[in-house]
Amino acid sequence: MPDEKSPFLKYLREDRLPTIFCPGCGIGTIINSFLKGVNEAELDFDNLALVSGIGCSSRIPGYIQSDSLHTTHGRAISFATGLKVSNSDLDVVVFTGDGDAASIGGNHLIHAARRNINLTVICINNNIYGMTGGQISPTSPKGSFGSTAPYGTTDNPFNLAELVATAGASYSARWTTLKIHHVVRSIKDALKNPGFSFVEVISQCPTYFGRKNKLRSPVDMISYMKNNTVFKAQVPSLSRKELEGKIIVGEFANTKKPEFVENIKELSKSKSDSEPIQNSAYLEEF
Amino acid sequence: MTKEVMTANKAVAEAARLVKPKVIPVFPITPQTSISEYLAQYVADGDIDAKYVKVESEHSAISAAVGASGAGVRVFTATSSQGLMLMHEIIFAAAGMRVPIVMANANRAISAPLSIWNDQQDSIAQRDAGWLQTYVEDAQDALDSTLMAYKISENDDVLLPSMVCLDGFILTHTVEPVDIPNQEDVNKFLPSYNPKHSFLDPKEPMTLGALADPGYYFEARHAIEIGMEKSIDVIKKTCKEFEEIFGRKYDLVENYKCDDAEIVLVAMGSVCSTIKAVIDELREEGEKIGLLKIRVYRPFPVDEINDAIKNCKKLSILDKNITFGIGGALYSDIKAKINKETYGFIIGLGGRDITPDTIKEVYEKTKNPEKDVTWVGLKKEDD
Repeated sequence: MPDEKSPFLKYLREDRLPTIFCPGCGIGTIINSFLKGVNEAELDFDNLALVSGIGCSSRIPGYIQSDSLHTTHGRAISFATGLKVSNSDLDVVVFTGDGDAASIGGNHLIHAARRNINLTVICINNNIYGMTGGQISPTSPKGSFGSTAPYGTTDNPFNLAELVATAGASYSARWTTLKIHHVVRSIKDALKNPGFSFVEVISQCPTYFGRKNKLRSPVDMISYMKNNTVFKAQVPSLSRKELEGKIIVGEFANTKKPEFVENIKELSKSKSDSEPIQNSAYLEEF
Repeated sequence: MTKEVMTANKAVAEAARLVKPKVIPVFPITPQTSISEYLAQYVADGDIDAKYVKVESEHSAISAAVGASGAGVRVFTATSSQGLMLMHEIIFAAAGMRVPIVMANANRAISAPLSIWNDQQDSIAQRDAGWLQTYVEDAQDALDSTLMAYKISENDDVLLPSMVCLDGFILTHTVEPVDIPNQEDVNKFLPSYNPKHSFLDPKEPMTLGALADPGYYFEARHAIEIGMEKSIDVIKKTCKEFEEIFGRKYDLVENYKCDDAEIVLVAMGSVCSTIKAVIDELREEGEKIGLLKIRVYRPFPVDEINDAIKNCKKLSILDKNITFGIGGALYSDIKAKINKETYGFIIGLGGRDITPDTIKEVYEKTKNPEKDVTWVGLKKEDD
């Protein structure tokens, strides 16, 4: 271990360390990538508000030295929506997982994307419910094993990055924990995008997904990612059979679109020439 | 009959296997999770001939349960805490539609702050919905109560859903020996479900949950109250039938050394075992103390409570829940219905340990009361 402390340690609540994450979990990599992305986007760290729901990924804000809301299962994006519209100057980031965002909270995800509200959602997709111990999630690949599918699931999984892009987000991308530089750059772009930004990071859960799917070690899981990742640009040249079981990485949306809070501001300006609702909670202070 | 060492969660899953449900929509949540896992395994292995639906949330789990029960088949589901909170809307709808669903609830505290540990606030928050509620003391009780719940709920005089409440972790994650009844005996006790009402039968169309204007709604709600009242006798009869077949005795309440007691503690769930041990100890010291276990909380067994406590001087109610501003739910119910000097104690919220000393402190504070409602087990300011 090098003596030198991580440059990001100052952003962490050191008294809360070590984390609860299992050995080999991808979440640590993603926390690192996020802090690097914040740095590269030159965001004011004090202006950051983190929101999460329930699940392994939702524990992240507990370790980061910023304001945070730890909410109920699936509702992080709804809480974040309230936070953003009440004070649109804040940089609001939601940490979520495949269960939190796509299962119990799926409705909120697509509606936030539809509104294109300026939130950054980082979805750590490990293809399984980790916190409760390895049940099938809505992104578990067809045929994969979980404790609620002892002989393999027969359900079709969601393609989250594509779903969110289709629902109307101005930025949506998918990467893996294997190629950190993609994740960092994508988080930076997401933070800078003035609209709904969704970064799906395919992450390894050796404890549950790996154990139940013959990928027992973190290395096995990372190798699997390495051998099965396809860039979005390559997709047109591949047959459907060649794409079976592949993780397609890249940007699924990156456009400029009117943003939800801006739309409200413009409407109130055009109809009543009044000041927008933003920061109304703080008006007395100014 | 076989005897096996198991958790109360497995006992519940075994009961669910024995009642042969046709549909099991379920969503995992700590500390209920292993129920959903056992059932997934049983269905996958063909031990239960049911459709197991890996739904996307508890709201969907109970909604699917209502749909399936409305189609006239036996349904099982299970949840806990936040999951039950998310079901809240459908919990009322299920009672209103008179679908005899049985659901296990692994009792766990409610957010915020977030807690996965035990208290009974979650199911208590559903007490006004029109569901029957049983609070079990151990794993055997969990299995037996689940079996009985079907027979009671499916009775034509009742037709209300049942919630079997088992204390999270204390029961769901600890093991003890449990008698698993054999299938023939269960079949005898609980024949297959043949609803007399034409539940969503296309040949005889009907609507569940339709809009009821002020000319109908009042009577529909009154009918739930009638079902709840009638369930008292149905529960007694069911407990007797259960005892005849399986040899284990249950009732709405359990009277533990109340007859000559001066102070009777009233409680629900697993804490009753701790209280019984304390009572045995204090009785040896000459203290006249007893326990009235409320096994069935809804319907509220007023006559049975009055009968058990008629000789005592004071009641001491232990609640693992709080109705802010008034005291515990059981305390306020007893204050409303029972005419006796009564003190309330809030204990064990969010998994705070309830030790024999907690019970002794409750007893001492009932002997020398300072106020109506006391929180026992709070940290001192400098702790």
